[in-house]
Amino acid sequence: MKEVLKNLDKAFENRIRLGIMSVLMVDEHIDFNELKTLLGVTDGNLASHLKNLEKSGYITYKKSFLERKPNTNYTATKKGKESFMKHINALEQLLH
Amino acid sequence: MKKDYSEDLREIRDIMQRSSRFISLSGLSGVSTGIIALIGAFLAYQIVFKDTEFLVYNQVHLPYERMVNLLLIASGTLILSIGNAIFFTRIKTQPYQHHGWDVASKRLFINLLIPLVSGGILCLLFLWKGFVGVLPSLTLIFYGLALVNGSKYTFSEIRSLGIIQIILGLLAFAFLRYGLLFWAFGFGLVQILYGLMIQRKYKL
Repeated sequence: MKEVLKNLDKAFENRIRLGIMSVLMVDEHIDFNELKTLLGVTDGNLASHLKNLEKSGYITYKKSFLERKPNTNYTATKKGKESFMKHINALEQLLH
Repeated sequence: MKKDYSEDLREIRDIMQRSSRFISLSGLSGVSTGIIALIGAFLAYQIVFKDTEFLVYNQVHLPYERMVNLLLIASGTLILSIGNAIFFTRIKTQPYQHHGWDVASKRLFINLLIPLVSGGILCLLFLWKGFVGVLPSLTLIFYGLALVNGSKYTFSEIRSLGIIQIILGLLAFAFLRYGLLFWAFGFGLVQILYGLMIQRKYKL
């Protein structure tokens, strides 16, 4: 049990961060606004959680201009995907 | 605590399903179906429409032989296009192991199919009643509607491609005599351009 708990990742304890990673596991990339509508959160809230994941090295972003409006596209890193899988496996183990 | 974790898992599953788009669509399939469409339009012109007055607003009597030829060309174009799309998608998904037929692709497929099949049946009915002139316009419009409808489940560019096809379809109706030209432009050239664009933007 202790071992399993160790695999739980603090970064994913928050629902929004969990949501962001879930999206990025299936979508190669997603921009800020799409993510916002999908998760139903406010700008500030989402931004701070994105920054948090970015600091952990779980996601990266690319800024570009789309029809002259700035557009930020997020992608999960390899490290992020691996940590997320580990986290989900730990969750599943805890439930069984 | 335990309940919390199962809630987490449920949420993950839910979000993954909601967000997944089918992104394995290959730009090359757009290019190849565009080329097939151009060939189809050329054949339809040469074999069925050349030196005739079929592209008009009223009912025409389409000789049986020409009707069969038109149906053969149309179904040939359709089957080759779908085959091509599947082929290129396969090539694209193969190295990544995840097989193409998942929730996202099914959803895209079904949403494309609803306007496409209803439009297809309507077109067959029009053809049967002898209204040949409206066919280029109607096929463009329903194809465009299908793309707009499916665009939520794949690359967002598909939406504007759909809108262009709808506009071309309306123009094809307004200028019925040139319907086949609009058709070749929409299904052929525009499709090829979009295919190239998507290929360049999303190549892995």
